[in-house]
Amino acid sequence: MIVKITIDGQAINAREGDTIVDVAAQNGVYIPTLCYTKGKPCLGTCRTCSVNVDGRVMAACTIPVREGMEIDVNGAEITDMRKALVELLFSEGNHNCPSCEKSGRCELQATGYEVDMMVSRFPYRFTPRVVDHASKTIWLERDRCIFCQRCVEFVRDKETDQKIFSIKGRGTQASIEIDVDLANKMSANQVCEASDLCPVGCIIDKTQGFDVPIGKRKFEVKTIRERALEGTHR
Amino acid sequence: MNEETVIFSHELPATPWNPEKQDIEDAKIQVAMIGFCGCWGCHLSFLDMDEELLGLLEKVTITRSSFTDLKRIPHHCTIGFIEGGIANDENIEVLEHYRENCDILISVGACAVWGGTPAMRNVVPLEECFREAYIDSPTAVPGAKKTIPYHNDIPKITTKVMPCHEVVKMDYFIPGCPPDGQAIFKVLNDLVNGSEVDLPADVNRYD
Amino acid sequence: MNKKIQVLLEKYNSDKTRLMDMLWDVQNQQGYISEEAVTSLAEGLNMSPLDIRETLSFYHFFKDRPFGQHKIYLCNTVIAKMGNYEEVRATLEQETNTSFGNVDDSGTFGLGDANCIGLSDQEPAMMVDHVVFTKLTAEKVINVISQLKQGKTAVEIANPEGADSKYSAYINAMVAENIRTESKVMFKAGRDYKAIQKACLDKHPEQVIMTITESNLKGRGGAGFPTGLKWKMGHDAEGAEKYVICNADEGEPGTFKDRVLLSHSPKDVLLGMIAAAYAIGSRHGILYLRAEYWYLKDYLQQQIQDFRDEGLLGKQILGTAFEFDIRIQMGAGAYVCGDETALIESCEGKRGTPRVKPPYPIQQGYLGMPTSVNNVETLAIASRIVEEGSAWFSAMGTDESTGTRLLSVSGDCDKPGIYEIEWGTTLNEVLSMIGAVNAKYVQISGPAGDSLSVSKDGERKFCYSDLSCNGSLMVFDNTRDILGIVRDYTEFFVEESCGICVPCRAGGVDLQHKMERIIDGRGCQQDLDEIIQWSKLLKGTSRCGLGTAAPNPILATLDKFPEIYQEKLIEQKGPLLPSFNMEEAMSAHDLAYKHLVQEDAE
Repeated sequence: MIVKITIDGQAINAREGDTIVDVAAQNGVYIPTLCYTKGKPCLGTCRTCSVNVDGRVMAACTIPVREGMEIDVNGAEITDMRKALVELLFSEGNHNCPSCEKSGRCELQATGYEVDMMVSRFPYRFTPRVVDHASKTIWLERDRCIFCQRCVEFVRDKETDQKIFSIKGRGTQASIEIDVDLANKMSANQVCEASDLCPVGCIIDKTQGFDVPIGKRKFEVKTIRERALEGTHR
Repeated sequence: MNEETVIFSHELPATPWNPEKQDIEDAKIQVAMIGFCGCWGCHLSFLDMDEELLGLLEKVTITRSSFTDLKRIPHHCTIGFIEGGIANDENIEVLEHYRENCDILISVGACAVWGGTPAMRNVVPLEECFREAYIDSPTAVPGAKKTIPYHNDIPKITTKVMPCHEVVKMDYFIPGCPPDGQAIFKVLNDLVNGSEVDLPADVNRYD
Repeated sequence: MNKKIQVLLEKYNSDKTRLMDMLWDVQNQQGYISEEAVTSLAEGLNMSPLDIRETLSFYHFFKDRPFGQHKIYLCNTVIAKMGNYEEVRATLEQETNTSFGNVDDSGTFGLGDANCIGLSDQEPAMMVDHVVFTKLTAEKVINVISQLKQGKTAVEIANPEGADSKYSAYINAMVAENIRTESKVMFKAGRDYKAIQKACLDKHPEQVIMTITESNLKGRGGAGFPTGLKWKMGHDAEGAEKYVICNADEGEPGTFKDRVLLSHSPKDVLLGMIAAAYAIGSRHGILYLRAEYWYLKDYLQQQIQDFRDEGLLGKQILGTAFEFDIRIQMGAGAYVCGDETALIESCEGKRGTPRVKPPYPIQQGYLGMPTSVNNVETLAIASRIVEEGSAWFSAMGTDESTGTRLLSVSGDCDKPGIYEIEWGTTLNEVLSMIGAVNAKYVQISGPAGDSLSVSKDGERKFCYSDLSCNGSLMVFDNTRDILGIVRDYTEFFVEESCGICVPCRAGGVDLQHKMERIIDGRGCQQDLDEIIQWSKLLKGTSRCGLGTAAPNPILATLDKFPEIYQEKLIEQKGPLLPSFNMEEAMSAHDLAYKHLVQEDAE
């Protein structure tokens, strides 16, 4: 069924049940996302896609469109909220882009550019986080984890369907964990997929090095915004 | 050391500029530059503006900086170009000096913006850093008394490497390690022309 | 595989949704949940060991390493600290020969902090091995610890008469009920439950829903959702099964009315669950009881059994086709499980992480099926409305907020305890009822609620359109340090954040740091402005009520007592920011020299 909604004042016909984030992209309005993966269950963890729906702030990836919805994506206040959320992630973890293998392919970095982040308004915390290098093929660089839960929810052992990645502890004490036995059973392809699924440089494929020159990297060739709008990003 | 025997380099006799040239330079926008805890890469990026630099220098003049070798800010400046994070008490003192003597301060590069690569030490207690570098160092002289740098003439190291804006107010930020010459040019050019400073996403880089 | 674990797996049919129960069973048997136990459980449940740890590590009271033969948790809320908390804490450390967060060398005592344990009217209080000791003094602590050292169990000490844990004497030996008002709706004595239920089952489920709808009963947990509407939606929802969950995870600091309802009128609550089940068409009920109320468990189990014996629960209830039974699900220490979707996750054996909404539980809840989650008090009231009719109920209170509600009163007043008030009562009336003479500041609905200034808000009414209190009412007189209280509350939200969403997990910490900066006298007006900005971010973008409520203590006290913040602010002098702490920035080098060079030379 087709419903009529507005996004930033623009009248739009949308298929009822599609999420705001998809409808917006189809109509040329970019909403940043970090945990969202099209076609997969919604995670709703990063909140970076927050938009204003009929006067209330909501995560655009979690909300299906309904008749008459008035959605504000690019108003000054809500735009600044999304920026603030990205800044929170940069100050919470230890994100040293120059030393990161994922630089240029990193969704957090690419999103930082899109929300015009120059610096985090929040104090940089420099919390020590221990690297887990026990698996043969995966280097778990916890400094960079943003707890999006993609790997926790979407990466499974092919044989048993058990979780390979998991979260331990809660709140500020939480850490991403990797089951080394199951990780060592992962095929090269699956490791590559898991590393690619990670929006930051936390799940690093040990068998891959820097292979794309600066200037030719994924989001330098085509920005995350362009990819989202043409429907090729996640 | 006896106070009277200390001579600062800026007190040494120096050849004055030709007065005509001096007047031209004085009429331009005054820019002071400094590098704190960093690698001077952002200064190199400044030079990387290439031919844009020529146009820019029509409008600005550089006072204190490693390029001019002036070691004091000679008079109040409009713009302070700050590279590097704050890692010792001398950095703090000099940054204060820049804040007092510049209208606008810009944090240039990852180190000034958030601490950058030197801030990788922030996840390790300073004492452990010293121990690794001096006490248990593989290159320590065998049999020598174990010590760490600690003298009135040597700046004291801060507990953590801090972004400049945690010490004084900073007005603008140019991220990047180093920022592209074009990014530096864009910000300086906006300031010089009195336009609103805007660093577009396509030149904004964190690495 | 470990034999004991195998027995356990059989007990729960290797059903991974019962992981919470299995973890409790392991911990109760072995004292903690060992690596071996985790591995065996993982094997038996076809989960990775780390998946088990996801759940295990989420809850405050689950321990994956030995935490003493006796686990002692001292409640450290603001209310506890108003009494002789510090003395009690120091005495505990001294007597057990360890410090908080640790176990003594002999492995006898583990000391831990706990957030509100539902005893704010009798603090300081502590939990020892699933039982509680209240109104603690140094002497009482010395006495308890010495008896434990002599080999007595905590139960024997707390319950010297040896009352059976199935009966109320056991509970009354440990805690006081402190019901201070005459019964209006709740706590009615001598109810004929069988007759009431019979009358209920004689009606059509839709008639029961209609009665509740007409009474205008709203959820007493805080959100105030109309109960009749929730049941109607549950009734209309499609599902192979439907569930009724009683939310007895009473975690909001300062509230304890559900504890008293469960100990004084448990069958009111059970009857409410039955009515809900009948209304929506459910066969299974879960009473989610917070671990802090473990000492109510056997008693509640017995109450459920009584109902089964009388034919009010089970199959063919009172000779009808209606079938319903209730199990108790123990929590394990997580405030966020008060959120109904987090509570459901917990019931399914997982981390208590609030779900993305929609869908709401009434559409897709426990095991994906329509689930009505109701508060203890809501259910107790519902059972009375079913008995007396909607007109009787709506005659009390105001037009919009019908009936009565329970207040858990604590803090600076003569008579802390449980008060049943009609909606429409003013704050001043309540204060005079409870004997609060010098009250300056009242925190209602816990830290997540609102801060009231007695001088500004005294004439405001308790009702859904004004003071929609969830039952917690903490009173502070003019000698109390309000900023200190706010700091504690802010810290509480950081500790209890589940961490699933960015604003609450990361932003809460920054709010806490700002608050500390202001209290330390290093904050300026800009810090206050940023607090407001950042609070908006948390309130707007957080995934659940915890994150949206986290800034409330700051925002509300800033609104009511701006002067206490203004007094702390400083102006910037010179180029250095007021927030910059030179001493802290420069202290490590001197210390390093002292430790690495000077002390080494000595």
